[in-house]
Amino acid sequence: MIGHRFRGTGLILVAILSACLTGCGSTATGAGSTNGGSTGTSSALSGKVSVFAAASLKSTFTKLATEFERVHPGTKVALSFAGSSDLVTQIIAGAPADVFASADAANMDRLVTASLIDGAPANFATNVLTIAVPSANPASVHSFADLAKPGVKVVICASQVPCGAAAKTVEAATGTTLKPVSEESSVTDVLGKVAAGEADAGLVYVTDIRDAGGKVKGIPFDAAAKAVNTYPIATVEGSKNKRLAAAFTALVKGSTGQRILASAGFGKP
Amino acid sequence: MRARAGGGYDGIPAWIYAIAAIGAVFVLLPLAAMVVRVDWPNFLTLVTSESSLTALGLSLRTSAASTTACILLGVPMALVLARGTFPGQRLLRSFVLLPLVLPPVVGGIALLYTFGRQGLLGHTLQVAGIQIAFSTTAVVLAQTFVALPFLVLSLEGSLRSAGQRYEAVAATLGARPTTVLRRVTLPLVLPGLASGAVLSFARSLGEFGATLTFAGSLQGVTRTLPLEIYLQRETDPDAAVALSLVLVAIAVLVVGLSYRRPLAALVETRTR
Amino acid sequence: MTFQVEADIAARGFSVSLQVAAGETVAILGPNGAGKSTLLAIIAGLLRPDSGAAQMNDKVFFDLNGSPEIWTQPHERGTVLLAQEPLLFPHLSSLDNVGFGPRSAGMSRREAHGLALHWLTEVDIPELADRRPAQLSGGQAQRVAVARALAASPDLLLLDEPMAALDIDSAPLLRRLLKRVLRDRRAIIVTHDILDALMLADRILVMDQGRIIEAGPTREVLERPRSNFAAGLAGLNLLTGVVTGDGALSGVGRSGGAVSDPAGSRGAGRDPDGRRRAGDEGGDRVFGQLDASALPGQQGIAVFLPSAVSVFMEPAHGSPRNSFRVTITDLEPHGGQIRIRAGELSADVSASAAADLGLEPGIEVYFVVKAAAVAIYPADAGPRDR
Repeated sequence: MIGHRFRGTGLILVAILSACLTGCGSTATGAGSTNGGSTGTSSALSGKVSVFAAASLKSTFTKLATEFERVHPGTKVALSFAGSSDLVTQIIAGAPADVFASADAANMDRLVTASLIDGAPANFATNVLTIAVPSANPASVHSFADLAKPGVKVVICASQVPCGAAAKTVEAATGTTLKPVSEESSVTDVLGKVAAGEADAGLVYVTDIRDAGGKVKGIPFDAAAKAVNTYPIATVEGSKNKRLAAAFTALVKGSTGQRILASAGFGKP
Repeated sequence: MRARAGGGYDGIPAWIYAIAAIGAVFVLLPLAAMVVRVDWPNFLTLVTSESSLTALGLSLRTSAASTTACILLGVPMALVLARGTFPGQRLLRSFVLLPLVLPPVVGGIALLYTFGRQGLLGHTLQVAGIQIAFSTTAVVLAQTFVALPFLVLSLEGSLRSAGQRYEAVAATLGARPTTVLRRVTLPLVLPGLASGAVLSFARSLGEFGATLTFAGSLQGVTRTLPLEIYLQRETDPDAAVALSLVLVAIAVLVVGLSYRRPLAALVETRTR
Repeated sequence: MTFQVEADIAARGFSVSLQVAAGETVAILGPNGAGKSTLLAIIAGLLRPDSGAAQMNDKVFFDLNGSPEIWTQPHERGTVLLAQEPLLFPHLSSLDNVGFGPRSAGMSRREAHGLALHWLTEVDIPELADRRPAQLSGGQAQRVAVARALAASPDLLLLDEPMAALDIDSAPLLRRLLKRVLRDRRAIIVTHDILDALMLADRILVMDQGRIIEAGPTREVLERPRSNFAAGLAGLNLLTGVVTGDGALSGVGRSGGAVSDPAGSRGAGRDPDGRRRAGDEGGDRVFGQLDASALPGQQGIAVFLPSAVSVFMEPAHGSPRNSFRVTITDLEPHGGQIRIRAGELSADVSASAAADLGLEPGIEVYFVVKAAAVAIYPADAGPRDR
């Protein structure tokens, strides 16, 4: 699992999701195309665009891909979701990505430093932490300070990953010291522990709560604003279809994209 | 290549050697690639950081504990499977070997729903004041779960190939079943038991998925070396590679030990 | 002070009943698959029969006829099994191997070692006490195995072809050793070798197809075999028939009697494949020395040595003698002579005689034996054991 040095293309798992999700895309016809039509020849768009996106963007980008294919018939969006750092490693190793959407600036900067980004990345969304508790909330957690109460089993991300770094920032800002029972390496592991009822509370992103269904309840807290996570998006240098990549980026940044992201809980950049 | 010194005709076609060589390269090349990738000037610093040493120590401690658990549970299981006759024996063997083919994450989920707070035994354990989730015990449980089949399989094979003739002789000489087990059966299969234990240890050391799912990850408590590597990879790939090499070295050492003849000889002289 | 066992295993057609007195050694002989080892396994407690019972003195080994059934575990029976292979525990020294039985009985390590050394001395190899089994020759290992068996002070020693795996030099040594240690010891020895029976046993049992078909004191069985197998062991030709008033045996080869596969049962006179056929002079009657106990009309057995048989190309006349027309099946060297086999009968002639007559497989000759060289006795000298 360590030190992947991919050469070639065959080893990347590409999830192609084309199922239309209900409740999306039925309104605002044409909004996507007008925003994305920077070249003015949107009808000529064709081919496949490969989008590498952070795992937390899974549900929103799946909707956006469907919308993109609807607005631009004849195009195909191939989505690949993973942790941002994994995606960066894969792109550096030569994975054929056209668009990269990162969950934090640090990982995007790694690609910029590696000269693998075409132009400048643009921020398209923000995300903040929230407290996740099992729907029954057995430990009666209602505020960030409650997390430090003795006996409350709190799970957070390890400081090496973005969600953990954000948690540390909030801790510093509030002057609260958490004694987590586990420091997971991904936010999904935090969510999993809370959803399974093993942990009394966890720190996850606002958007994660909506993905977890009814098993987990989110408790917003003010200090979350101290650690806002910004999502940048960019076209990957060496993309074979930069026009298509630019069109997809435009969709994300445009009104349709922003609407879908907002409905999932993301904030504006 | 066929006429090696001291070996006569071996009956293996030359092209088989060629394919076998490709197979060997397939296994060894990634290891070599990793060795090449290691940041050697900083290697010592990387692997002796506080978090690394803590993770290594935890890994060794938990693996030793789970190997002990494997021996305590696995020896009777192997004996019953190899020597006993009871209905459902075949079925039991298949199920015992299940963790061997199960994705470790699935094992972790299964353990979670057994020993977790909301699990099958969770309430009972909680009443008894036993908290398993997020504890080192959970790590040992996860490791034992995935490593047990290695011990059972290895020992059962030894028991079968050893046969029961020595045991029959011992019994007619007046030894009661427990004496036969202690003085004849176990010494006879000691090499098999030793290699089974070593394999279990190696498997415990490498356990990742079940631990991550079931036990969590906290430095000094549940974050074993593989979890530490997984985490380091996020920010410090050099540390991850260096630690990986440490794990590979330990695995090579451990597996090498179990297949070395001198070990069997050592074991034999110890039983005097 | 008697050991007795009766056991049946329906699936194997095994049904045996046997008694062994204190101090008595019984040899069990029989062809492969006769059930000899099965019998030992049942007695040792390694195999459970369908039904039956076994008891030594007051100790019940098993009783599967009563209710509840009784089954004593092997380690509580006081029977020790010595097999064809020594099966010394490879991880223990000779001394610890021999001391295994006493240690299992609760003796201290020191005492057990003392006793073990005594028994190693008894089998003449005290100097091998510290050796591992891997460092012993086959004969040495089997000696250690004997010492180990005896050190466990068994009430009944079971030996399953103990000499079979030994080389030709080691076997006589071990046989002499066994003769010494088995004296006045209750033992059952399964063997293929008549020499073992002669030297070691007081009594012989012959088993075939899961049953005891013949039993008696060693000497008697060898002198007066009642089965083809025993006759073969004793090196005798054996014919069965019915005792007649004039001291002969009639209907030879056509009667069953105690013999499961009587020689020449295919019928006299027309047998094309070389089986013994009654001579045309005597019909299917065999003349011989009739035992006083044989009564007319009784099943009888006639035996004679191959060396008493003369081979002629023509029927030999002159009374009293028997002449059998046979077809030669095989010729083989036999102690300086040539053994002529014709089906189940054999004759020993000198090499020069065989050459003079031009004997070879396939030709028809006459086996002639004087009546004085043939012993006839009753077939049903009821065996004590079944």
